[in-house]
Amino acid sequence: MRPENAIECHQVSKRYPNFHLDHIDLEVPTGSVMGFVGPNGAGKSTTLRIIMGLVRHDSGEVAVLGNTMPRQQIAAKREIGHVSEDMRLYPGQTIAFHMDFMRSIVPFWDDKYAADLLGRFGLVPDQKIKGLSHGQRVKACLLMALARRPKLLVFDEPTTGLDPVARQEIIEEMSAVVVDEDRTILFSSHNTQDVEQMSDRITFINGGSVLFSRDKEDLMDGWRRIRLQVPDGFELPGFPGLVSVQRNGRLLVLVTSQYHQNLEQMLSQGEASVTAIERLTLEEIFLTSVSVRKELVQ
Amino acid sequence: MNTHFDWKLVLSQADERAMYQQIMDQIHQHVVLGDLLSGTKLPSIRELASMLKVSVITVKRAYLEMERSGIIVTQHGKGSWVAEGLDRRQLQQEELEGHLKRAAKLAADMNITSAELAAQLKKHIKS
Repeated sequence: MRPENAIECHQVSKRYPNFHLDHIDLEVPTGSVMGFVGPNGAGKSTTLRIIMGLVRHDSGEVAVLGNTMPRQQIAAKREIGHVSEDMRLYPGQTIAFHMDFMRSIVPFWDDKYAADLLGRFGLVPDQKIKGLSHGQRVKACLLMALARRPKLLVFDEPTTGLDPVARQEIIEEMSAVVVDEDRTILFSSHNTQDVEQMSDRITFINGGSVLFSRDKEDLMDGWRRIRLQVPDGFELPGFPGLVSVQRNGRLLVLVTSQYHQNLEQMLSQGEASVTAIERLTLEEIFLTSVSVRKELVQ
Repeated sequence: MNTHFDWKLVLSQADERAMYQQIMDQIHQHVVLGDLLSGTKLPSIRELASMLKVSVITVKRAYLEMERSGIIVTQHGKGSWVAEGLDRRQLQQEELEGHLKRAAKLAADMNITSAELAAQLKKHIKS
């Protein structure tokens, strides 16, 4: 494992009766935020569990902060803060109880940061877990992970089911972590807007395979929707990266994943003219990739 | 010298421009308006990313592009500053040129003659 990567997965596979995680490669550079996106059942949680040493992979190699997983998971977990949807707190106990409990078992705990987080998240220490809303529970779990100031944060769907205010609070805390260049975040999400905003790199997983894992800006920069006015009988020249073409009368709309500035000139031949070039949101890239993939499979 | 520049730029999710482009455009605008003077130090990439709640790579990209266009200078390991000797008038001129170019292209697409375009522009000039 190269020290510049906080996480490295190499050809990792795991077979379940109805699901196959198929030779996953994943590199998360130290100091970066990796957004992990994919539809339900794509293998996001399975991959995160393998990274956390909670699920044993059938084959391939996983290294987290220089530790081979799952063999060296105890050493790795000293430095990882993990929050996932299926995490349970003791319903009859208070938030303060959980904070004391965490402080007693983890190698490092920042009391001041924990107190600040309580305030910013609007949590009351004496409150019992069973009385908390979903959002408050998620925030309580995040507090436990963040107050440890771990080198690596692994969040499985941290913003799912939260209202916009709570989502913003969580994004703010993730942003605060980013100031430190030694700290790394890997988070999965259905919320493509959060991923687009927060990630340095984006890994897109679908049907147990990684579709791509790329620099966010390069990825977003490559995709464009181009609108053209074309004459009758116009034939679109073929070019690499053409993802979809839709023609309706004299208007033609195409989507490319490999946009470059010469493309406009190339398409504006004869009577054809480019009327608009639009960027795509991550959500649109995501949906297009899934549908194109389906067509390729069929 | 304006030493109290507030770096809390306001970015929009609904803007069609990319986030890094919005960051560049707003810094550019502050330079043109004289809010940001030559020699003003920019926050580190990580600091600005954290302030704006966007990814480090987004701010990195904005800084790279601004360095390329000469609006800021970066000294590796030390930081970035608003470039010396920036001609505000020239920056404004470039901005104007961009608008005019787009107008000219649109007019050409619409088969509007240059005389017609000039006449239309004149209507918008308050004398």
